[in-house]
Amino acid sequence: MPELRNLTLNFGPQHPAAHGVLRLILEMDGEVIQRADPHIGLLHRATEKLAESKPYNQSIGYMDRLDYMSMMCNEHCYVMAIEKLLGVTVPERAQYIRVMYDEITRILNHLLWLGTHALDVGAMTIFLYAFRERETLIDAYEAVSGSRMHATYYRPGGVYRDLPDFMPQYQTGKFRTEKEASRLNENRQGSLLDYLEDFTDHFPGYVDEYETLLTDNRIWKQRLVDIAIVSPDEAKQLGFTGPMLRGSGIEWDLRKKQPYEVYERMDFDIPIGVNGDCYDRYLVRMEEMRQSNRIIRQCIEWLRENPGPVIAESHKFAPPKRADMKGDMEALIHHFKLFTEGFCLPEGEVYTGIEHPKGEFGIYLVSDGANKPYRVKIRAPGFAHLSTMNDMVKGHMLADVVTVIGTQDIVFGDVDR
Amino acid sequence: MYELAYDLIIILLKIFAILIPLMTAVAYLTYAERRLIGFMQVRIGPNRVGFFGFRMFGLGQPIADAVKLMFKEIVMPAEANRYLFVIAPILAIAPALAAWAVVPFGDGLVLADINAGLLYILALTSLGVYGVIIAGWASNSKYAFLGAMRSAAQIVSYEIAMGFALVGVLMAAHSLNLREIVLQQSGGFWHWYWLPLLPLFMVYLISGVAETNRAPFDVAEGESEIVAGFHVEYSGMLFAVFFLAEYANIILISMLTVLMFWGGWLSPFEGIPLLGAATAWIPGIFWLVMKTFFFMFCFLWFRATFPRYRYDQIMRLGWKVLIPVTIVWLVVLAVAIVAKLPPWFG
Repeated sequence: MPELRNLTLNFGPQHPAAHGVLRLILEMDGEVIQRADPHIGLLHRATEKLAESKPYNQSIGYMDRLDYMSMMCNEHCYVMAIEKLLGVTVPERAQYIRVMYDEITRILNHLLWLGTHALDVGAMTIFLYAFRERETLIDAYEAVSGSRMHATYYRPGGVYRDLPDFMPQYQTGKFRTEKEASRLNENRQGSLLDYLEDFTDHFPGYVDEYETLLTDNRIWKQRLVDIAIVSPDEAKQLGFTGPMLRGSGIEWDLRKKQPYEVYERMDFDIPIGVNGDCYDRYLVRMEEMRQSNRIIRQCIEWLRENPGPVIAESHKFAPPKRADMKGDMEALIHHFKLFTEGFCLPEGEVYTGIEHPKGEFGIYLVSDGANKPYRVKIRAPGFAHLSTMNDMVKGHMLADVVTVIGTQDIVFGDVDR
Repeated sequence: MYELAYDLIIILLKIFAILIPLMTAVAYLTYAERRLIGFMQVRIGPNRVGFFGFRMFGLGQPIADAVKLMFKEIVMPAEANRYLFVIAPILAIAPALAAWAVVPFGDGLVLADINAGLLYILALTSLGVYGVIIAGWASNSKYAFLGAMRSAAQIVSYEIAMGFALVGVLMAAHSLNLREIVLQQSGGFWHWYWLPLLPLFMVYLISGVAETNRAPFDVAEGESEIVAGFHVEYSGMLFAVFFLAEYANIILISMLTVLMFWGGWLSPFEGIPLLGAATAWIPGIFWLVMKTFFFMFCFLWFRATFPRYRYDQIMRLGWKVLIPVTIVWLVVLAVAIVAKLPPWFG
């Protein structure tokens, strides 16, 4: 009688469901997982070290590239850490813009999560529907920052510039007729706020569309219900945050519990799950998209009525206006100093955490008084979630591994940093 | 002697008359799939490759794909069993093509009008799984192996449900000859077997989707789980042969569904006073093809809509739902036949 051994399967890093470069060593008894060992580090770019070797204001762009599905939220946490140590107050309008873009980012992230999660489970149409809506929001990113993904829009003291009064238009050309262009430009006639309001009018309908395809679908429910159940106690012990924690039924949201910026003025609800399985986490995220939509609407309303500065006046950390530099010696010096030396932070240490779409994203900053951080530690939500892979998939089948990867909403940019 | 040669040539010509349209249909089914699913997913799909400089909605795409696959290198994995590796795709496509021998395209339009047609079909469609198993085994890859195991278990279970569904057809028609089965259904839309055999029809269609390894039962390929399953190591023409077999099977299953439950080449307007006479000139093959198109469309539609079942859930569906349903309905059917229930069994 030959000795029976478990089947060891090398899952990834080149695997369609690996969400980037996840490598899992799966030990399986038939199709049932006995042990899952995630190997990480294939996308390690030493972001923390890079940030420590550059002036504070030059590392904002690195933050975009951490979790490259929720760019502005990462920036937000980093600039908040700097602001906290500097002790600056951000203009109110900038705070509203940040909250609005945080929620746009949350919808962007959740749409991608929904698309890839559904694709992993086998429903491929949702993926393309989700990308249709993402396109609209990515255009909103582009309108304020000029970049579709890596915005670098948030700066210490505010945001890079005010919201534009007009949207870029589609041009006609060899591949686009006049009629097509005008159809595409239909919602781009007004300002960015009009454009976003138009989106928020339609978006709940789109979420309903996704839910028609998935929520009551028998196969979808069979694949998600009772998969990878995490009890509330376990969820706390495993270091879950964000939708993963709320899916297990714990009402914890930094936007409510430790409000930053203007979240305490916003009217929104926190959805929580009951059973802590993949299906509950799916429902939680779907509802979060609707709530984000509500927050965006409230921000739009306020931003319409309240013009004002969007970045702090002090030129010690915020660049002067381009026009002033032409005539004002002081402004030119400030500009030069800011973009070569940067600025120095007082000695000390600070931790800021924000409610990132994936969970609590934190920046721990130690300053020794120089223009570079002495140490930057990034708390990535995905890292804590991925480390629970073994606990979540043990006893489930191979097909459930991809469901769990989907439900954890893993992005390797922030796991590996 | 000459007579024998003459017969042989006639048979060969008939085979070509079936195979060439079939292969064209397979090629354009792949195109239709990409375009249709494209439209369902708010995108365009292939629309560039045409003929002689004309774009023609991308109709040249399947031809271009075929040419590309023919010129690609066939990569043989280092530790693979070379003979089985090459035989597997042949084993997959041979039954998918051979089954067409007994498929009637009209009254008398059939290559081999044999009395055991249904049995022949059942036997050949079951053979297709050997191609999958051998491919998974010969590849010497864990992913391919898992795909083959899944496929074997799945096809064995669904074969039973499918077989039972066909027993219902056999009972109703009193014949294993496909032409006879169709002719038994003549008399108009309400005489077709889909109504008295409705549960069996559903079971047959679901098993058919499972049998061809199509979504939502595509666990044997399971893109997001085991990458491409049994054909993960195949490239070039060997891969293309698997691909052709899958699509030939889709067409076969769709046509068999039509023949056994939807009146084959019979007109849906038969027996309706004015409309029936007005459409009587339309050849039966038109109706057969139109009905088959509908079921082929369903295959594509399912793929765009449903998530994938998990492997154990497929087993549960097969054994605990489909097989009991067919057995219960066979009893109901037997009672209906003994009672000579009109209009089907009167």
